[in-house]
Amino acid sequence: MRIAAGVDVGSTQTKAVVMADNGARVILARALVDTGANVRKAAESAFLLACHNAEIPPTAIGFVVGTGYGRYNISFGNAQLTEISCHARGAHFVCPTTRTVIDMGGQDAKAISVGSDGQVLDFVMNDKCAAGTGRFLANAADVMGIGLDEIGPLSQRSTRPVRIATVCTVFVESDILSYLAQGKKGEDIMAGVHLAIAKRTLSLARRVSIEPDITMTGGVARNLGMVRALEQVLGTKMQVSPDAHFMGAIGAAVFALEKMDQSFESSTWRPEHATGSGH
Amino acid sequence: MGEAKHTEYRGSIHQRQKELMLKWYERLNAAAETGTPPTVSLMISGNCVELLEAFGAVPIYPEVNALQLAIRHQSLEPILAAEEIGYAADNCAYVKADIGCYLKGITPTGGKLPKPDLVLCNFVGCNTYVKWFEHTAVLTNSKLYVLDVPFLREDNPSQADIDYVVRQLKELVTLLEQITGRKFDCDRFVEAVRCSAQVEDLWSQIKHLARRSPSPFDAYFDAITLMGPLYVYRGTPEGVDFFRAALEEMQAKVASGQGVYDQEKFRLVIEGPPPYPYFRTFRDMFAKWKACTVASTYSTVGGLWEFGARHDPDHPFESVALHMLAHNVTNRNYLQRYEQIRRYLEEWNADGLIIHFVKSCRLFSAGQGDMRDYVTKTLGIPTLYIESDLEDPRYFAEAQTRNRVDAFFEALEHSKLTATAV
Repeated sequence: MRIAAGVDVGSTQTKAVVMADNGARVILARALVDTGANVRKAAESAFLLACHNAEIPPTAIGFVVGTGYGRYNISFGNAQLTEISCHARGAHFVCPTTRTVIDMGGQDAKAISVGSDGQVLDFVMNDKCAAGTGRFLANAADVMGIGLDEIGPLSQRSTRPVRIATVCTVFVESDILSYLAQGKKGEDIMAGVHLAIAKRTLSLARRVSIEPDITMTGGVARNLGMVRALEQVLGTKMQVSPDAHFMGAIGAAVFALEKMDQSFESSTWRPEHATGSGH
Repeated sequence: MGEAKHTEYRGSIHQRQKELMLKWYERLNAAAETGTPPTVSLMISGNCVELLEAFGAVPIYPEVNALQLAIRHQSLEPILAAEEIGYAADNCAYVKADIGCYLKGITPTGGKLPKPDLVLCNFVGCNTYVKWFEHTAVLTNSKLYVLDVPFLREDNPSQADIDYVVRQLKELVTLLEQITGRKFDCDRFVEAVRCSAQVEDLWSQIKHLARRSPSPFDAYFDAITLMGPLYVYRGTPEGVDFFRAALEEMQAKVASGQGVYDQEKFRLVIEGPPPYPYFRTFRDMFAKWKACTVASTYSTVGGLWEFGARHDPDHPFESVALHMLAHNVTNRNYLQRYEQIRRYLEEWNADGLIIHFVKSCRLFSAGQGDMRDYVTKTLGIPTLYIESDLEDPRYFAEAQTRNRVDAFFEALEHSKLTATAV
């Protein structure tokens, strides 16, 4: 049995997945840690935690692919790939009928056109601001004084969403304060926030061909309010896996197994790679 | 794949370029100190620099000054100075850098820039330039002359368009005689036009060498180096000598099979100006993948000659007018730019197109979303769309740009491998 791992070092959280191939590819374990300021340590912690969860020693891992913005900080990684390639491959692994991926993470949003083999055909990303990303939602939640995990369910209770014109992560705060001052309900404000992002994401996705099936990936996919708002503007259902948050790491693990076929290096983890506490 | 080391051009022509450009700045410095030779501020695209040669006048190119500042990481200070007096964040950053230089007394080399004897706005396609040159004229207390060059509406300019521009050029001759106190030297003008035609021919031959695989030079990053002398010395024997030497160097590379990289892996076309404040960083993002640019639209801002157009010493005024109207990328319409890119992709045998959207330049960037659709959907060629700015360092996000570039090549590499396997 061959075992490989994918580590996705995102701007907010770091995800690791351990995957085995014994004729069929199976996810053995997942791990999630906050990235924080020490990117190398976060990558290592997530990797070791995933190994721990899989109940295998790190030395059993034959190949590690790193992805995400911190991918070059993964000291024990054998190869690095962008999260664009990895989200496409991960979505294809989990939902093989995927032809379009909408990925919303902490700092960026992207639409990826995917081929039948999980290959990236085309992609577009948000420009260099956090509009339309998880950070926008986090700011809105902060202003409302509620937790990030509460805003999705709250928005689902809305009957009259407010109109949020700005997609600026900073200016949305004053829009929200203004609506609160007018006595608007929290659920209507949050529904407006979700719709604003959904419309921006739709225009992004239209720049690649939106072909079914559409799979949503990234941490924001855990927000049901965002999923529903996107489905509303897209006019169709999306595939949202419970593993949406791990899709980049899953894709990286799939690539890692593929690269093991070219097996030029094995057993990549060595104790000297440790940078600190591990998990 | 690890991060790349800096990529350097392998040859001597880049060093010669530096010497020529320094010499130009020395002439400008001398003009600032002594009042001679006369100087004329004008824009690069579709200009009439041959006419200045007839008066022994030296061109001042605000764009070249601006990009030189940016490439030396000195553009933000003048940009902020321009914003302090009211220029908006979205205004052309070239304009702000140049205006800021006048306000702060900054030059790229630390030498002096002369007060131009004439501010000559030869705007083609970009009407921002009119306001830019108006302000320059006010700041320097110089005389302003605006050439009105009609936008190219059909495949070719009408005779009325040509006549209209020629009449203005002749009016300009009279004005230059008054300003410089020198008589118009028609022989010198014709000779300048002849030199331009030779330079264009040599430059065109160089560009066609990039059809070879491997290409002997990068037709974006290395072409930009060659574009300095192309603008400053186009109508001069020095320009002819420089481009003859450049052609010989490139031909020798072709003969020995020397490319930009030991192994050229990808061939690209690039649309749009580069992010000058991060020029080297940007180049290295492509070098990491051994991706060589084989053609670029930006290298045709000064003139589009690789498809045959030339200045004509037998019809000097008309050919200068034609150049201004039709043979530079900024005065041409978007469908013509599509066709230019299509020809590059097909005839220069490229794998993909990179579009660099410039935040502060509506002229170059408006419509690039449609261009991307045309290339990906109609031509079926992979296209990468990235955004920053040509002058303002605040718009460049290195990690995000690198991520997009890497993802583009990951997909391109896979599709090449798949195609090979089939």
